[in-house]
Amino acid sequence: MGRTVRGPTLVAKDGFSARYDLDRNNGIFCRPSHKLAGQSYVGKILVLDTAKGGVATAWMLHEMQSRGIVPLALVLNSVNPILAQGAALGDVPMLAGFDEDITAAIPNGAEVEVNPEMGVLTVVD
Amino acid sequence: MKLNDEEKDILAGKAGPVPRQALQHQIKVGEFFGAEDMVPVTQAHLMADTESLGEAGVRWLEGLAATVDGQRRVRIPTITDPRGTDFANADLLGQTSAMLDLERRAISAFEALGVAMTNTCINYQTIQAPTRNEHVAFGDTGVVIYSNSICGARSNFEGGPSALAAGLTGRTPRYGFHLPEMRRATLRIHVEFTPTSLNGWGALGGVIGRIAGNYWAVPVIEGIEGAPRSDQLKHFGASMASFGSIALFHLAGLTPEAGKLTDVAAPGLPSLRVTRADVDELQRSYHTDDQVDVVVFSAPQLSLFELSDLAGLCDGRRFAVPLLAVTSPQVKPDADRMGYTARIEAAGGKVLSGMCFYQSYAREISEAMGWKRLATNSAKLVNILGGYGYRPMLASMESCVDAAVSGKLART
Repeated sequence: MGRTVRGPTLVAKDGFSARYDLDRNNGIFCRPSHKLAGQSYVGKILVLDTAKGGVATAWMLHEMQSRGIVPLALVLNSVNPILAQGAALGDVPMLAGFDEDITAAIPNGAEVEVNPEMGVLTVVD
Repeated sequence: MKLNDEEKDILAGKAGPVPRQALQHQIKVGEFFGAEDMVPVTQAHLMADTESLGEAGVRWLEGLAATVDGQRRVRIPTITDPRGTDFANADLLGQTSAMLDLERRAISAFEALGVAMTNTCINYQTIQAPTRNEHVAFGDTGVVIYSNSICGARSNFEGGPSALAAGLTGRTPRYGFHLPEMRRATLRIHVEFTPTSLNGWGALGGVIGRIAGNYWAVPVIEGIEGAPRSDQLKHFGASMASFGSIALFHLAGLTPEAGKLTDVAAPGLPSLRVTRADVDELQRSYHTDDQVDVVVFSAPQLSLFELSDLAGLCDGRRFAVPLLAVTSPQVKPDADRMGYTARIEAAGGKVLSGMCFYQSYAREISEAMGWKRLATNSAKLVNILGGYGYRPMLASMESCVDAAVSGKLART
């Protein structure tokens, strides 16, 4: 869903919920038990396992986009309706559903291109 | 997606720009999940606290609300999840006038759209529970999992924008838990003990949520003794949804779709055991301090029965740290009439209404009030608040009230 974008990845075998995991004021993962705790998500292509938590992400991606404190794209092994609804409203490109564990296949920090329309993720460097 | 004539008219703008925009959003989401068509829904329940909406979300709503009357109102009963404040008690939470102004603007916009401001996450206890096979568009994961599992209704997690879209169009994309085949169990959980306390039920839900692990998993649970009460299943489901993003479970022999195990479970499903030790371990893992700064009962909002129990525990006590109990605007007047509110507040507690603690700028509350170490009997709340800078601790209602008196949470 969404535009084709290119940027650096931030990869972890962990979940994603804007309310549960993020300090949205400072643009970092803040849930202490999250594998990306302390790291900035701004401008990153997040490569994570699955959608977690409640319904708030459906609004929060839109709010984060309005301030520019937002991931560049979301790439997950599996998503829930909330993440899809949030990506649709917030105009955050999103790709999900792979033949392999995408968090193991993509190196952290790699430059990748996400093409949601074609359903393709390409490592470009 | 296949659209019927009415939907084609909406998409063509014959009902105005607001329903068209709503349907466009629904088509985007529906196509992402491979929905073949739309399904009519009878009710929508919408999560839209202003902490989530922000200025951008409120402006977006105000844009819809500015549309000419006659082209902007919801078509089906559309109700709201808790707000981000209890206006009468915002001072107690250290909330700023900017937060309250944003709330007022959001409420005005929703009212212009015809949304009923029920401000509750226990609408299945207080407003109108859905019935078996009733298709609805509910937000708040606790509401969805209870409605799907206990009532046998059919809903996906509908975030605020999608629940509002469903209200405006009277339908939702038919995917996920609207489809009978998606409602069948994907794993079996055998529970070796049945909790009695609400925190115990919440912790059990959390353990199962972690095991099941993602939205599309549907656990069928065996081994529950007796018939659990609504409040117990409320905590169980809300916690499972929170820990695992789970939207549907079955209790073999108890819930409507699982009269017997084979009604929902094919042979050969993966099967796991959950023991009392697993549940105790989850609770213990949150007990990271002995001191508490605040005690909170919330998430989900308390029923009249929970407030009655709490009032009984508060009689003759005097609290050394703040104790907050959060309920719905439907229950609060009854709690006032029955004297529960007065008994809780005589001990130094406070009964709040129409909000939920974690949906009310919890980070800013922590900073304004100096609250870090928080005791609660809600497993859902402890799961959420870690990310808001708290050290949340899970204990029974009795232990939490004792902690409010002494400032210390006893080890169990």
